[in-house]
Amino acid sequence: MSAAAAPIRAKRVLPGFSLSLGTTLLYVGLVILIPVVALVLKGAEIGPARFWAIVTAPRTLAALRVTLTAAAAATVFNAFYGLLMAWVLTRYDFPGKRILDALMDIPFALPTAVAGISLTALYSANGWFGAPLAGAGIELVYTLGGVILAMTFTSIPFVVRAIQPVLEDLDPALEQAAMTLGARPFAIFRRVVLPAILPAWLAGSTVAFARSLGEFGAVVFIAGNLPFKTEIAALLAFIRLEEYDYQGAAAIALVLLLFALILLVVSNLIQFRAARHLEAR
Amino acid sequence: MSIVIEHMTKSFDGTAVLRGIDLTIESGELVALLGPSGSGKTTLLKIIAGLEWPNSGRLAVHGADWLHLAAQDRRIGFVFQHYALFPHMSVRDNIAFGLSVRPRAQRPGKAVIAAKVDQLLEFLQIAHLGDRYPAQLSGGQRQRVALGRALAIEPTVLLLDEPFGALDAAVRRDLRAWLRQVHDETGSTTIFVTHDQEEAFELADRVVVMGEGRIEQIGNADQIHDHPASPFVARFMGATIELPVMLQAGRAEAQGLDPSRLPRRALPDGPATLFLRPADVTPLADPAGRWQVAHRTSNGALLRLELTDGTGQFGIDLPRRAPEAQGLVPGARVNLRPEAGTIFPGPRALASQAATAAFPRKEKSL
Repeated sequence: MSAAAAPIRAKRVLPGFSLSLGTTLLYVGLVILIPVVALVLKGAEIGPARFWAIVTAPRTLAALRVTLTAAAAATVFNAFYGLLMAWVLTRYDFPGKRILDALMDIPFALPTAVAGISLTALYSANGWFGAPLAGAGIELVYTLGGVILAMTFTSIPFVVRAIQPVLEDLDPALEQAAMTLGARPFAIFRRVVLPAILPAWLAGSTVAFARSLGEFGAVVFIAGNLPFKTEIAALLAFIRLEEYDYQGAAAIALVLLLFALILLVVSNLIQFRAARHLEAR
Repeated sequence: MSIVIEHMTKSFDGTAVLRGIDLTIESGELVALLGPSGSGKTTLLKIIAGLEWPNSGRLAVHGADWLHLAAQDRRIGFVFQHYALFPHMSVRDNIAFGLSVRPRAQRPGKAVIAAKVDQLLEFLQIAHLGDRYPAQLSGGQRQRVALGRALAIEPTVLLLDEPFGALDAAVRRDLRAWLRQVHDETGSTTIFVTHDQEEAFELADRVVVMGEGRIEQIGNADQIHDHPASPFVARFMGATIELPVMLQAGRAEAQGLDPSRLPRRALPDGPATLFLRPADVTPLADPAGRWQVAHRTSNGALLRLELTDGTGQFGIDLPRRAPEAQGLVPGARVNLRPEAGTIFPGPRALASQAATAAFPRKEKSL
């Protein structure tokens, strides 16, 4: 029989594997990879000396400093507040819990410009929150505080949504076991719960940071965009683009990209180390 | 440490899980809580551990009221059904956990803890596994680590929830003997929960049979096997045949039934139910017999005959080579001679919960 000579092929459960993989790869290439590569190439065109000159220009440095400081502050705040929020949403039952849970998605769903405008209205000198705060001598609108506020608003769901499923899946028996062994609540949290959620927590915080680095819509309304004070890097890149200075824009964008990449790598390394011994469930 | 439980009740969202438990466990005893799922045995164990709280009742251990003590302060060793080992800690750190979380003033030094852990690893026969992580261990090894972690704090009471439920048969048998040895050598008071009769009877000094939130019977294997205290225990112990009979002068009478082997019972005359195990019945071939053989299957050693009298059907077991077995092919008619059985007064109303007779022997597959 001639069929006996044909090689035996394993049958896949789903048909069309090569077609679907090919489509996916093509899409990833077109939408994600090529723009990033184009950006890198554009940056490379500039040449190291010119690149360095653009990046170390005082206004660029100031913008990068504002962006990094604000993003770091927003991320630290969100890391703790997001952990608390996820804890409340998974560990307690209270009326309105589902509504609170749904509210967490608003920063995802809301156009960031809308968020920026409403935050500005609320916190401006005659806004609901701004007026009493101004009375206390605190100004948020058109300050670094405002930039942090806007970044906090748009990136909080990343932390909450990263921790929530892990906390929900955490076997209650682990905490009970720690209890029977004499561990106090804080020791249980630090030695049993925290190691379990640490990878997700780091991942969520990293994404929140990356999002804050690139946040544009929400920030530009509340920041006032004063060069050297509240002008963020993404806006500066945009301004350069408006001035037809494509090289300047590309250089700034590259720096942002670099920060985000370094962060992702570092966070993945830490996550890998932390998750080394966790069972795949 | 004697454990005294009095009038304990517990309900979850209005569903009663414990309906008045009274139980005393002596110091150094090894006791099994045996029952089908939903009998409240795990809840009782968790209340003793301080992981659940009863609605009412008393729990005193060595005279001290434990219902006013948090789990942390009871110094119990609890072994969870799925071990609940800390996945991010090595075996060594898992076992040391209970010692290393003590407040600084009571915490032994690092060297003392390490020595204690070494000693336990040796005792549990897992000395070579100290640096592994739980994910790298087999089920039986995890069970040993879980027990080591519980023993490290030198518990007053050792509590185990379905300790062998998640293991395969060979490992189960092995660990059972080993747990008995651990119990004898540590001299602790041990309570374990199981739904496996064989496990309970082989391992425990005393078995507490629980059903629907009550203690149905307390005793050793022979007592519970031969003298079940209630229809529930009889069914749980494998009496799957329930025959309506009339009691006359302490003897169970029914058509087609030869009660000559059953002892007379001091029970009032009237309707009653006879509970029989499939293996405790001898079929007597009789062309005018009450039951007819419907099916006949063999596993080589035992024959199973499905008998029917037109109203009900049940199975009996007998050795394939037994002389009575000859000629019992489908269609043959028989009468029955019970060799042993239990009679509870009252008509079939007793059997109203017949559904509970079909207890799965292994309720949890995980």
